[in-house]
Amino acid sequence: MKLALPELRREWVLLAIIAVIVGAVGARAPVFLTWRNVQDIANDSAILAILVMGQLMVLLTRGVDLSVAANLALTGMLCALAGRAFPNLGLVPLLMLACAAGALLGAFNGLLIVHFRLPPIVVTLGTMSAYRGAIFVASGGAWISDHEIHPLIKGLPRETLWGLPALVVAAALVVAFALWLLRWRREGRDLYACGGNPAAALVAGIPVSRRLMLAYTLSGLLAGLAGLLWVGRYSIAFTELAAGYELTVIAACVIGGVSIAGGVGSVGGAVLGVLFIGVINAALPVIQVSPFWQQAIAGVVILVSVVLNARSQRSPGRQILPRAQGVAA
Amino acid sequence: MKVLGGWERVLILLIAAVYLGFGLGIEGFLSPYALADSTYNVSEKALLALAMALLVVAGEIDLSIAATMALASLAMGFAMRAGAGLPLMLLAAFATGAACGWLNGWLVTRCQLPAIVVTIGTLSLYRGLALVLLGDQAITGYPETLATWGNGSVGDLIGVPALIVPIEFAVLLVLALAVGLFLHATVPGRRLYAIGANPVAARFSGIAVDRYRLGVFVFAGLMAALAAVLLTGRIGSTRPNLALGWELDAVTIVILGGVAIEGGRGSIAGTLLAAVLLGSFTFALGMLNVAGLVMSMIVGLLLIVSMVLPSLGGRVRAAWQRHRMPAQA
Repeated sequence: MKLALPELRREWVLLAIIAVIVGAVGARAPVFLTWRNVQDIANDSAILAILVMGQLMVLLTRGVDLSVAANLALTGMLCALAGRAFPNLGLVPLLMLACAAGALLGAFNGLLIVHFRLPPIVVTLGTMSAYRGAIFVASGGAWISDHEIHPLIKGLPRETLWGLPALVVAAALVVAFALWLLRWRREGRDLYACGGNPAAALVAGIPVSRRLMLAYTLSGLLAGLAGLLWVGRYSIAFTELAAGYELTVIAACVIGGVSIAGGVGSVGGAVLGVLFIGVINAALPVIQVSPFWQQAIAGVVILVSVVLNARSQRSPGRQILPRAQGVAA
Repeated sequence: MKVLGGWERVLILLIAAVYLGFGLGIEGFLSPYALADSTYNVSEKALLALAMALLVVAGEIDLSIAATMALASLAMGFAMRAGAGLPLMLLAAFATGAACGWLNGWLVTRCQLPAIVVTIGTLSLYRGLALVLLGDQAITGYPETLATWGNGSVGDLIGVPALIVPIEFAVLLVLALAVGLFLHATVPGRRLYAIGANPVAARFSGIAVDRYRLGVFVFAGLMAALAAVLLTGRIGSTRPNLALGWELDAVTIVILGGVAIEGGRGSIAGTLLAAVLLGSFTFALGMLNVAGLVMSMIVGLLLIVSMVLPSLGGRVRAAWQRHRMPAQA
């Protein structure tokens, strides 16, 4: 139980920091604490949360998926094109198309990584440009603007379910699924093992290749779902959609305490990371800081949180293996 | 020392194929002026790639290298606005580049953080600072000398008009030679391989691993500053989005050049050849009016294929040998 303590504490610290920021900004500008603004932040964070759950699974296996934003944009464009070509398409086929296309693109990453034993960062770097270019080829470089987007796609993020915006409900469902998978399912626990020590995982009889495939396919599937929601929310599809967003996704994971070296990270932490970014982005305009500061602040936050991560992960290591370290030195 | 390994030969063949294929297909592609032109769009990126090759060989990576360029160019612009002469402007650029690189290296060595996370953070930070300092403005009005460095040819400089090799390309060749000699023929260079292959073993064999890492990061900052000076001279202005996304191009060149992303393997000859290959290829596609995004898609696919091919080749060879074994026995 002692092992779980630092990780737990870290998440509480992050939560406290978020609460302090919300309180401080709210004290200066009460509009920040209104229900309306809370809804805005939740809506803005929902798509990021969906992407972060996929990225979390990949990061846990000691991999990384840089192609999520390109996958999101390509799937979004495919859905928009399908919606334009077949105006009678229902919501279920559209959702299935988004998930299937996203999962296929993710599985392609997984195939290259597992089958050819290529480093994930390089593979997804390559597919990132490849998918981005494919959008241009599919759309001919044209924008699909508001009036051409299928009304069901546009309507989806504006629906309310059980009194909550559909975007938030979708994100909550995805988070619940990730929690279930990573906590109570063997497949999910295996992801931790694959990233913690790949060689040991293989020796312990874990089908590492299949688990990696699962992680990349799920990351792709969630990116596809996010693509449909993104196109609906902003009512536009174009080639440069969400360009560079993969770094925000990874940043949210890192802030939430997910280790880039694999094997460490929790759904709760990742959600807090998303919330942190959402709160910061919403707070800056309220306290009248130029939006130009957003990126620089995000950079500082990432650096500070990785330094804190490294600190909190190093101390338990010393306590567990004092003798082994002595032998090695 | 073997200068040209198997992969470098493949690259030479590919370059020959590009020049022959496009030379026959496109009128004027093989004229000396077109050849000189084709080096412009790749010279600065190749400078980044040289530094990136050293980093990757040593097991590190710098994703903030293009953002460093933006800051270095900005520093040069601000120095000019403050009334500094050309030497002081250059000093400002190189000092900024070195400072950015040093911060990366300090975080990686002192806080023991993975370079990819650190440089994702500093990418955000440096680019964000450029945005904060410059907003949506641009700095223009650079001295004539800078424009000459960026656009001129060696012939103009030494008074032999027939020599139309661009200055940028000449700078690249000289630096490639210097970096290549350093990496392949000096003790510190060979030690970078040892560090990349096994940092712990390198440390135990008496190499000051952290000092080398820090040094390589600072070198990357300096190279970014040099690339920034040349690029700023060539386009004549500084904007916060200068060289946006170039870090990925530099990584692509390095990987295509046969440097292993896990560190410890690779050559400068391969990196330079990959840069020339990409430069000529994209220039030819440009002459064929292929859109920029399709080009980047092709480059992404090229990156993946270049990694899959050796693996496929190995498999085919293994299968062939299995097939022949019984016959020999």
